[in-house]
Amino acid sequence: MSDAPGEEEPPSFEERLKSARSRQGLDAPPPSSAGSSGDLGGMSPWGIGLRVGIELVSALVVAVAIGYGLDRLFGTKPILMAVFVLLGGAAGILNVWRLFAPRPTRGPKVRDGGR
Amino acid sequence: MGQFQLHPALGRIGASVNFTQANLMMVVAGLLTFGLLWLGMRPRAMVPGRLQSAAEMAYEAVLGMCTETIGPEGRSYFPFVFTLFFFILFGNLLGVFPYFFTFTSHIAVTLALTVFVVGLVTFVAIRIHGWHFFSYFVPQGVPVALMPLLVPIEVLSYLSRLISLSVRLFANMMAGHVMLEVFGAFVIMLGGAGIIFLVPAAFSLAVNVALIGFEILVATLQAYVFAVLTCIYLHDAVHLH
Repeated sequence: MSDAPGEEEPPSFEERLKSARSRQGLDAPPPSSAGSSGDLGGMSPWGIGLRVGIELVSALVVAVAIGYGLDRLFGTKPILMAVFVLLGGAAGILNVWRLFAPRPTRGPKVRDGGR
Repeated sequence: MGQFQLHPALGRIGASVNFTQANLMMVVAGLLTFGLLWLGMRPRAMVPGRLQSAAEMAYEAVLGMCTETIGPEGRSYFPFVFTLFFFILFGNLLGVFPYFFTFTSHIAVTLALTVFVVGLVTFVAIRIHGWHFFSYFVPQGVPVALMPLLVPIEVLSYLSRLISLSVRLFANMMAGHVMLEVFGAFVIMLGGAGIIFLVPAAFSLAVNVALIGFEILVATLQAYVFAVLTCIYLHDAVHLH
């Protein structure tokens, strides 16, 4: 052991073994932190913004279409559409929440907002 | 916006059966995908050449996407995702060339693709889980009194995939091409307006050059996003929760 003063501490055996193993491809590289939040790993802010906007609007569009169709079917002109607009807005918020919620871990059945 | 209008292709035969340039581009995209794989894999070399490397990388990238996102069951959906990804990718990329047509810039095309994807996902889920599939719309750990409110919201959230998936691809492709057309019009109008306007005209031309590069990025990214979301939906269908 030659620990001259001022020299950096040599890396421990575990660290050297780990780096050697990863160099040789024996260990899988550590998983990137990109998958931590739902489906948007490594997206640009513009991409996230566009994604959120589309999720919000699409639920509303589907809801309005269903409400309008049911209204025409049953002849209850504005009522069902108004109800479905509210439901569609809620569904849009749910979509956005699922986008940002952490993905449930594999294995035990955890259902807290993951799809 | 003449670039988005449909015209019959292939002369009188095409006109009689309404075969438009969008259909022609779809055929071309399919043939290019087929050609990449067929011509690329023909040498069957141990050390692949350029085209064979491209074909192998394409195969392995999509296979990795399937197995990572869906799980080990993803292999059985790999042909579908591969076809979808390359159809959209070549459709987007062909649109960047002058005089070519971007068929993914029509909501009819993307909505048809999305209806097919969501229909297939629902079919797979019902096939695997049977009636249990409908428990997907029932959130767990929620009082029964809230069910009449939450179940419609879940159903709407499921159905909103139809719109979100199709509009994302359609809007991205159409917006890029509209921007190209707008800046192209700037170049011509400013270039013809007088000597002082040559500087902004040149600036618009430079913006257009940058936009073309950006379009290639968007074309690849949107095809990837479409395929990844298809995989995520298939994951939900296979594992249900």
